[in-house]
Amino acid sequence: MVEPPVFAPTVKNVMSPGQLSDDFDCLAFEDVSRYFGRMRALSHVSFSCTAGEIVGVLGPNGAGKSTLLALAATLMSPSAGRIRYGNHGTHERGGNVRANIGMLSHDTQLYPELTARENLHFFAGLFGVQDPASCAETALSRSALSVRGDEPVMKFSRGMRQRLALERALIHDPKLVLLDEPFTGLDDSSSKSLANRLQGLRDRGRIILLTTHDFEAAEGLLDRVALLWDGALLNVEPVTGSLHDHYVSHTGQVAHTVKVSR
Amino acid sequence: MIPSRWFPAITVMAMVFFAGAPLMIARAPYESTMGLVQKIFYFHVPAWIAMFSGAFVCGISSGIYLFKGKKVADHLAVAAAELTVLFGLIGLVTGPLWARKAWGLWWQWDARLTSALILWMIFVAYQLLRQYGGPGSDKLAAGMALFGMANVPFVYWSVNVWRTIHPTTNVVPTLVPGMSEAFLWCSVAFVLIFLLTLSARVKLESHRAAIDRLYLSLDD
Amino acid sequence: MTVSRFIRVAWLIVKKDLTIEARSRELFLTTLFFAVSCVLVFAFGFVSDQNPIGDAAAGILWIAIAFAGTLALGRAFERERYHDVLHALLLAPVDRPAIYIGKLLGVVCLLAIVEIIIVPLISLFFQTPILRHPWLLGGLLACGTLGFASVGTLFAAMLVRARSRDVLLPVLLYPITIPVIIAGVRGTVLLLQPEIDVIMVRAWIGMLVFFDVVFITLSLWTFDPLMTD
Repeated sequence: MVEPPVFAPTVKNVMSPGQLSDDFDCLAFEDVSRYFGRMRALSHVSFSCTAGEIVGVLGPNGAGKSTLLALAATLMSPSAGRIRYGNHGTHERGGNVRANIGMLSHDTQLYPELTARENLHFFAGLFGVQDPASCAETALSRSALSVRGDEPVMKFSRGMRQRLALERALIHDPKLVLLDEPFTGLDDSSSKSLANRLQGLRDRGRIILLTTHDFEAAEGLLDRVALLWDGALLNVEPVTGSLHDHYVSHTGQVAHTVKVSR
Repeated sequence: MIPSRWFPAITVMAMVFFAGAPLMIARAPYESTMGLVQKIFYFHVPAWIAMFSGAFVCGISSGIYLFKGKKVADHLAVAAAELTVLFGLIGLVTGPLWARKAWGLWWQWDARLTSALILWMIFVAYQLLRQYGGPGSDKLAAGMALFGMANVPFVYWSVNVWRTIHPTTNVVPTLVPGMSEAFLWCSVAFVLIFLLTLSARVKLESHRAAIDRLYLSLDD
Repeated sequence: MTVSRFIRVAWLIVKKDLTIEARSRELFLTTLFFAVSCVLVFAFGFVSDQNPIGDAAAGILWIAIAFAGTLALGRAFERERYHDVLHALLLAPVDRPAIYIGKLLGVVCLLAIVEIIIVPLISLFFQTPILRHPWLLGGLLACGTLGFASVGTLFAAMLVRARSRDVLLPVLLYPITIPVIIAGVRGTVLLLQPEIDVIMVRAWIGMLVFFDVVFITLSLWTFDPLMTD
């Protein structure tokens, strides 16, 4: 497991967005747990991701992957433990931290009645982009949707919506990119272009954290893999060989341990 | 809340007060127009006092829970809300019983009665939210309680103005000296019962939270 | 976050809501139709040839607004819940109360248009002189609708992630907005009298303004804690 880098003392005052992005080069979970009454979604999870790498969180359904991403995105607060973004925790000026986070969720998070262009324009304005109109245009052309830019999103296919949703998530060029099962429902060519896009982001120094249970699509993409099982982090290790092997080597052991019945 | 070692002492005190209440009530003078029926007053008004205390405690602790996130405040809010509904129910049942015998009607739209009813309904809604709102409803209910508290002056003012347009017979008689002792006695009894049940209920909630924590630590 | 950015974000959200509404017209048409149905249902309850409906028209107006408003609020936030867009809004680096203000203004605009249609309809159906003092009536409706919507927007937003949200919204909303209904109905009844008591009507409007200020402030204050899980 990678040790988190040593940080300068945290500053409690308001940081300007520029200042934040300079030292926002790491996402660290420090003994994070999240409970819902007696249901334990995440338990004592500690790991970190640095700039310029793609970390994949693997695990079966119900392992807590979506909860982990929601916590990283500041949509949920941990029941115990801390999450650090560079030098800063979430409680220090949440808005500034959010300015550097982009999330692609299960759902497309787009308004079906608005056109692709309007959706991008709205979110660009909301996320504080300098020139929302031109930014929306660039995003449309990058995802090869300029032709369909004035059609309402409800007319798009699943793959097109996913591409547009990705553009929406990245419209403000965030430092931390979170993706929840991004390969679901994509065909091979779309998966490939998504993987290329993510590698491009990685090479530009972004932190990319994604969850998946589709090993084939994520093959060759991930730098490190975090294995989640029943809310607990089994291991975080660099990727060598196939993802399937990583998964089986750890979960194979876990499947044999006796679970205390509740 | 009340520290555990005071529990026995306060329980005994409450029992004494309740035992003595019938004597005090019997000794109090009869009210001129209503006779025996007026004596419901000694249960009715203290029940409302307990209800308003509960509403107040719930509102304050909800605010603390919402903004500071202290779990203890949430336990207190839950307990206080339940007691508000309970004592409010006592008040709402004794009120019409009294009104029926005294003035021949079951219900009267006077300002105090209506405001109290609305406040009671707000806390019934709080209970419904906690019961059926699913996970996370503790925070939402705290918000509801805050809004309920903020609402009280508006409800009272608007119902008051509404009713002065249609004047009705006055509800609460003036307190004759002989009555005030009995009234004070019964009020103290109800307040003690309120504090006792509140503490017991808060304890129950803390135990429940402790059991949840035990379950969670089981797999660690 | 600066005031201008706050206003710009709220305006973005209002514009977005109005654009969607202009295109689909779903909320507007269903809310309007529902309000008219409400008025009709109440009419069957109250209208008879022997007795003129009198002051009941005021009650019918405000009840129709309350019911239709609850429906509109539920649907407005259902739109944000569908496709999980609300989380995208919450992820934005904006002061979250700006989102509240944006949604509030959208709902108020919708209800205003519905009321502009309903009020003359009531005047027509029940032959009541409800439009005799349009400015005072407008003041009552504006302040009352704002008060109702201010609490309703907050509750609808916070219930998005709760179970049984459809039934819990009216359960929570109606007790809290009773002062609004009382003020609205009583003020409107005064406007129906042959000789209106302007001072009293102004007093009701004053209470509504006070209610609006207190509850919008409270909502702005509690919006962020209530929207964080």
